[in-house]
Amino acid sequence: MDTSRSYLEPSSFSKKMAAAIIIVYAVITLIPISWMVMTSFKNVDSAISYPPEVLFEPSLEGYVNLFTNRSRQSQEYLDSLPPPDNWYEELVRSREMVITGPSKFLGRYSNSMIIGFGSTFASVFLGALAAYAFSRFRVPLKDDLLFFILSTRMFPPIAVAVPIFIMYRKLGLGDTHLGMIILYTVVNLSLAVWLLKGFMDEIPKEYEEAAMIDGYSRLQAFFKVVLPQAMTGIAATAIFCMIFSWNEYAFAVLLTQFNAQTAPPFIPTIIGEGGLDWPAIGAGTTLFLLPVMIFTIILRKHLLRGITFGAVRK
Amino acid sequence: MSVKKKFKGLSDKAVGWLFIGPTVLLLLAINIYPLVYAIKMSFTNFYANKIGREPQFVGLKNYIKVLNKEAIWEKMQVTASFMFWTLLLQAIIGLGLALLLNRKFKGNELLTTLIVLPMMLSPAVVGVFWTYLYNPQVGLFNYVVNFFYDLGSFDMIGSSTLAPWAIVIVDTWMWTPFTMLICLAGLRSVPNYLYEAAEVDRASKWQQFIYITLPSVLPFLLLALLFRGIENFKMFDMVVELTSGGPGSATELASINLKREAFEKWKTGYSSAFAVILFVTIFGFGNVYVKVMNKIKER
Repeated sequence: MDTSRSYLEPSSFSKKMAAAIIIVYAVITLIPISWMVMTSFKNVDSAISYPPEVLFEPSLEGYVNLFTNRSRQSQEYLDSLPPPDNWYEELVRSREMVITGPSKFLGRYSNSMIIGFGSTFASVFLGALAAYAFSRFRVPLKDDLLFFILSTRMFPPIAVAVPIFIMYRKLGLGDTHLGMIILYTVVNLSLAVWLLKGFMDEIPKEYEEAAMIDGYSRLQAFFKVVLPQAMTGIAATAIFCMIFSWNEYAFAVLLTQFNAQTAPPFIPTIIGEGGLDWPAIGAGTTLFLLPVMIFTIILRKHLLRGITFGAVRK
Repeated sequence: MSVKKKFKGLSDKAVGWLFIGPTVLLLLAINIYPLVYAIKMSFTNFYANKIGREPQFVGLKNYIKVLNKEAIWEKMQVTASFMFWTLLLQAIIGLGLALLLNRKFKGNELLTTLIVLPMMLSPAVVGVFWTYLYNPQVGLFNYVVNFFYDLGSFDMIGSSTLAPWAIVIVDTWMWTPFTMLICLAGLRSVPNYLYEAAEVDRASKWQQFIYITLPSVLPFLLLALLFRGIENFKMFDMVVELTSGGPGSATELASINLKREAFEKWKTGYSSAFAVILFVTIFGFGNVYVKVMNKIKER
């Protein structure tokens, strides 16, 4: 009634209805994730009780099982041992087992870190160079080259996995960190070039031209003027590359085995006695998903922009 | 251009090639070369696990074998129905959520972020933890379903009628936010004056929705479905960990079958032919789809 534009604003009732439906959807969609986090704090028995337990006594058994290898022992043998030195030893012994050593989880997790950061750095760096050139210079066949770069993303990973497998075997890159870093760098490059070109287009040419008049070379102007200006875009692109490398499964399961295996192919193989050890899998999943969830929530503005980027710019 | 030559250091042309060169070379080496290699192998009877055995040229034999195999058509059918249901559900729910979120209520941005969380997670790990939720004895999903409607004991992953729905549900849960975000971007790009003009012309809210909102979002929705379609055609990780293609071959999608032929039976020549056929299929459908999409946009 009061302003001329008020009819464009949805009424307060319809806003409340919309909010209510969205909240219900958000709660439903978060249940599976919360359930996995809860399971990681259950003990093996309460993880397989029915009806599912919402209230339970928290236990760190899942995390202990995730980080250790254990073997079952007889009661006489356990009695003959000296008393346990620490709480996790005690927890394992109460299950009539002893710790035989650390599990592979930490190694797999650090492989994920090394390969993730390595490939993210490489694809953002190379992507920034290419994006700058596409944004500023007259490149022959520019549109064709850009489309070529994008089209490489359409290949099903399995289709190129066999040739890469054979190629890597010949070059000695199979099951190595370097091999996986190169592979993920290439998979991410197309996205990096496209996203970064958009960000570079927004930086006015005048900045680096002014620097060049002041005696900078083109390269110096790029590194000292353009790159700092593009930092937001670089951060957003880096998150996308990191999330892809962190989550990738198909190449990892086909091309790595002992040395460079990352966490996604490893987590499903955590097996306890008589089937899957759900609290341990919950613990592995939680530790693996946690960084991505924190990233997503903290950096939501960049992320949401990046996702809708292609659509909005056309 | 002549002015720029006076600046010190490398010429722009040299810098341009220096900057683009590494990217193009890497893509050629790790993307194009393997693809060409795969096409070459698809005309041979090569087995990657038999080192030292010289592969022989067999012409189109592998292609004929793939196309005549009834099992392949079954996999294609499984893939097609998986794509149909996931895209349909994600289009409807995603667009619905976007329309609701566009009402800009309080806490809108935080809720968007929370809804988006599933699509940021590792599909393989998601597949693993859904096997727990679907567990027929202790699973939360089965408990919740039985709470509302008593079905008794049922096994989402173990039954060949339910397993295809099990993967559709997980994919929809995971990827609806993607359609939602793209639609939301579309809704926010509709200029306000269109609605103002419609109000002046006394168009009802329903008419405004049909004649303004829907046509503006449609290109965005179609684009989102294109991306999801390509991804789901290639779908591998989540389904492998959830059902590993089973029971029997009820959820054996094309890429899962491809992986079995290539990395378990090591029929490299045959599987390369299959891969090429899949690639041509997706490229062909993709092209037709883009053409149709552009026509709709022009209207």
